[in-house]
Amino acid sequence: MYLRINWLMKQTFRLAGFLLVYLSPSAWAKPGDRWEMNLSPGVTELGQEVYDLHMIILWICVAIAVVVFGIMGYVLVAHRKSSGRTPATFDESTKVEIAWTIVPTLILIAMVVPATQTMIKIYDTSEADLDIMITGYQWKWKYEYIDKEGGENFSYMSIMSTPQAQIDNLEPKGENYLLEVDEPLVIPVNKKARFLLTAADVIHAWWVPALSVKKDAIPGFVNEAWTLPTEIGTYRGQCAELCGKDHGFMPIVVNVVSEEDYAVWLASKKNASKVDLSVKSKDELMASGQSLYEKNCAACHMANGAGIPGVFPALKDSPIALGDVNEHINIVVNGTPGTAMAAYGAQLKPDVLAAIITYERNAWGNATGDSVQASDITNFNQ
Amino acid sequence: MSEHHGPAKGIKRWLFATNHKDIGTMYLWFSFAMFFVGGFFAMVIRAELFQPGLQLVDPQFFNQMTTMHGLVMVFGAIMPAFVGLANWMIPMMIGAPDMALPRMNNLSFWLLPVAVTLLISTFFMEGGAPAFGWTFYAPLSTTYAPPSTTFFIFAVHILGASSIMGSINILATIINLRAPGMTYMKMPMFVWTWAITAFLLIAAMPVLAGAVTMMLMDIHFGTSFFSAAGGGDPVLFQHVFWFFGHPEVYIIILPAFGVISEIIPTFSRKPLFGYSSMVYATASIAFLSFIVWAHHMYTTGMPLAGELYFMYATMLIAIPTGVKVFNWIATMFGGALTFEAPMLFSVATVFLFSLGGFTGLMLAIAPIDFAYQESYFVVAHFHYTMVAGAIFSMTAAVYYWLPKWTGRMYNETLAKTQFWIAFVGFNLTFFPQHFVGLAGMPRRTPDYALQFADFNMMSSIGSFIYGFAQLFLLYIIIQTIRSGKENADEKTWEGANGLEWTLASPAPFHTFSTPPTVK
Ligand code: HEM
Ligand SMILES: [Cu+2]
Ligand SMILES: [Cu+2]
Repeated sequence: MYLRINWLMKQTFRLAGFLLVYLSPSAWAKPGDRWEMNLSPGVTELGQEVYDLHMIILWICVAIAVVVFGIMGYVLVAHRKSSGRTPATFDESTKVEIAWTIVPTLILIAMVVPATQTMIKIYDTSEADLDIMITGYQWKWKYEYIDKEGGENFSYMSIMSTPQAQIDNLEPKGENYLLEVDEPLVIPVNKKARFLLTAADVIHAWWVPALSVKKDAIPGFVNEAWTLPTEIGTYRGQCAELCGKDHGFMPIVVNVVSEEDYAVWLASKKNASKVDLSVKSKDELMASGQSLYEKNCAACHMANGAGIPGVFPALKDSPIALGDVNEHINIVVNGTPGTAMAAYGAQLKPDVLAAIITYERNAWGNATGDSVQASDITNFNQ
Repeated sequence: MSEHHGPAKGIKRWLFATNHKDIGTMYLWFSFAMFFVGGFFAMVIRAELFQPGLQLVDPQFFNQMTTMHGLVMVFGAIMPAFVGLANWMIPMMIGAPDMALPRMNNLSFWLLPVAVTLLISTFFMEGGAPAFGWTFYAPLSTTYAPPSTTFFIFAVHILGASSIMGSINILATIINLRAPGMTYMKMPMFVWTWAITAFLLIAAMPVLAGAVTMMLMDIHFGTSFFSAAGGGDPVLFQHVFWFFGHPEVYIIILPAFGVISEIIPTFSRKPLFGYSSMVYATASIAFLSFIVWAHHMYTTGMPLAGELYFMYATMLIAIPTGVKVFNWIATMFGGALTFEAPMLFSVATVFLFSLGGFTGLMLAIAPIDFAYQESYFVVAHFHYTMVAGAIFSMTAAVYYWLPKWTGRMYNETLAKTQFWIAFVGFNLTFFPQHFVGLAGMPRRTPDYALQFADFNMMSSIGSFIYGFAQLFLLYIIIQTIRSGKENADEKTWEGANGLEWTLASPAPFHTFSTPPTVK
């Protein structure tokens, strides 16, 4: 008997040791780790608070579970029929019922207090240092920096940059597979950034765990969220609300930079958002048009212009792409209300639109020979 | 006195069935078939998620799979399975000759294959099947949906009509056909849970019908209920959906609670502990389920007061749920336990459902739900409640009453083996999903970042094991029906109580021609 107990204890310790080493969150808490298995406090004070609350609730649940399942496990072993028992006959006890109603109620009240405090903090979007409007599109994000001094806003689209070949397993997958974009959001460290979220088509949700932000982007509504990162770095997230075909492929990347770097970036960005109105040759337009088309339009209309029958119309041989130029410009600039075709006039600059439309009218055997200039778009808009 | 005729012959027996056992049998086989259809979709999902990258399906089809998996499992498998169980067991448990409304019973069953055929046929339509998730949030399900959505709407209407008719029938039976002496507070727990579930269904299904009707109007008749461009409100959809949807999750779990409350006393050889508190707990869960719906919508930007209210109300549900779990454990306490297959599945339900209850409580806490919402953590939560809660207890019910239904005993060794395969497979599938969810993996994506690869592979392997366990279950059932050991005892289980165990095995075609007297 003594030997068996000794052996049992040894095994228990080995198991506990194993669990401690392999399962404790701290052993695995490096972000991006393959065995990451817990929330991360991230790089904000709020995130730390949410993490602490999560751990408190988790441990309370674990403690209740140990007691309840402990008793259950004991009963399952000790009260087996095979141990030669006659069953008891009791079937009620008001005292016990009252006890196990009251005790959980008290535990819940204890949980509510910190939960309410943290909730109030999450909703405190006041006194932000900068405001950024985030618009969800099928399947990309638009970031618009709002100039509080009344200067001009500037905006740009942020699109996943993982090559299709990696997704299709034709190339080895990069380190940040599916979590990389062409142009990240950039915000300064130690400043409170307020996000104003909306969407142009369906509901999306903007989620960056390390910044402790998740909020739905809903067409027709403007939701608010905020973050105050305390560490410089690159933080990644994804859309968190099913938004159609490429919901899994609209990541978010946020660069948190020093204040000086932010100022430099801001200036260069403002410059770059100017529209290039110079006249381009058809070849130039076609060349830039192809990559811009693939980035902005191919998710629905497909790289070969064939669309997805019944869901997204083809552009190859389509009456629009072969017909009147102005009608083509109109549909791209203003979209088709009530369908997935967005109004791209609000998303892309005239020079970009010109290149794309030129490409659509001349690619895949669509031989109209037309070239559309940025000025055609700006004239159209007037 | 009743006429002593048997069932009609051939196909007519089933097409024109009015006998509660025949209809119950059809419900059970139908739901089992749907379980395999929904399970097949799940296997496609898990096979695609076995490794990062796209291997088997394209993203649009993947979304069709997740959508149809959820719809088929909820509306085709779980709900009809418990209606089938109600059909078989309620008349036998309350000493009734049959269900109160046998012809309506026939109609409510035969609507199901119609609805499901309509739903599945959308796969073959231009644009494919619905791909907007089983929660079908507008405007993804209206303006941006494939043309087949209209058929989906029609299917939901038919399913709703079927459920409402089934519920009316169950209530009419329970209210009118109880044997003399069977007062409400003497009814078996399974009957009680179904009575309350039927109320939930009658209250909740019309709300779902309203939601899909508004969708239909938005799609075809130019209204803008859910379209912001026309002055409508996409969030309204979510309020209406979850006003149905949260009661729906209790529609799924309450009959399962009823099953557990029958089986645990039998194998503990001890009466159910706290019967009346069980009844009150069930009723309060049902009431609370109507006032907590927006806990699914914490990140939609409700006002702070709304967030706090829905958090407090949701946390309250943990109290009656806890009472139920404690009562089950107290029932076992002091008993003389044996672990035949129905008991194994029941104990596993208590254990695993409680884990789902704990994660439910975590999700209820609004500020931390911001971190969990729409991640795999939620997927883990609701599979612990719906699979380990509803499906495990359904399996327990099948093993428990199969000898009564067929007059034949299943093979205990095979059944226990099946349990352990299902138990291991289930946990291997869904436990790691807590981890990837907390680590930041969003749900409903066909592909994922590399750091989630290992847990996902584990999960996929688990799901294949779990899928195999269901094929094994099918085999065991067929083997029992065809060549199981004859079991002519009225009372299959030593510790069993209740009127169904006073009937011959297999149960006679007409249940109680003369009502038994209950003391
Ligand atoms: C203690 C009891 C429970 C509590 C407190 C609870 C709480 C919650 C909360 C707060 C959510 C929303 C999470 C989110 O989306 O962020 C949720 C999701 C869900 N729960 Fe529960 N739950 C409980 C029991 C159940 C039961 C019994 C079932 C079903 C049998 C269930 C099924 C679901 C489903 C299906 C979802 C996800 C729906 C979706 O978004 O697709 N839950 N639960
Ligand atoms: Cu999305
Ligand atoms: Cu709910």
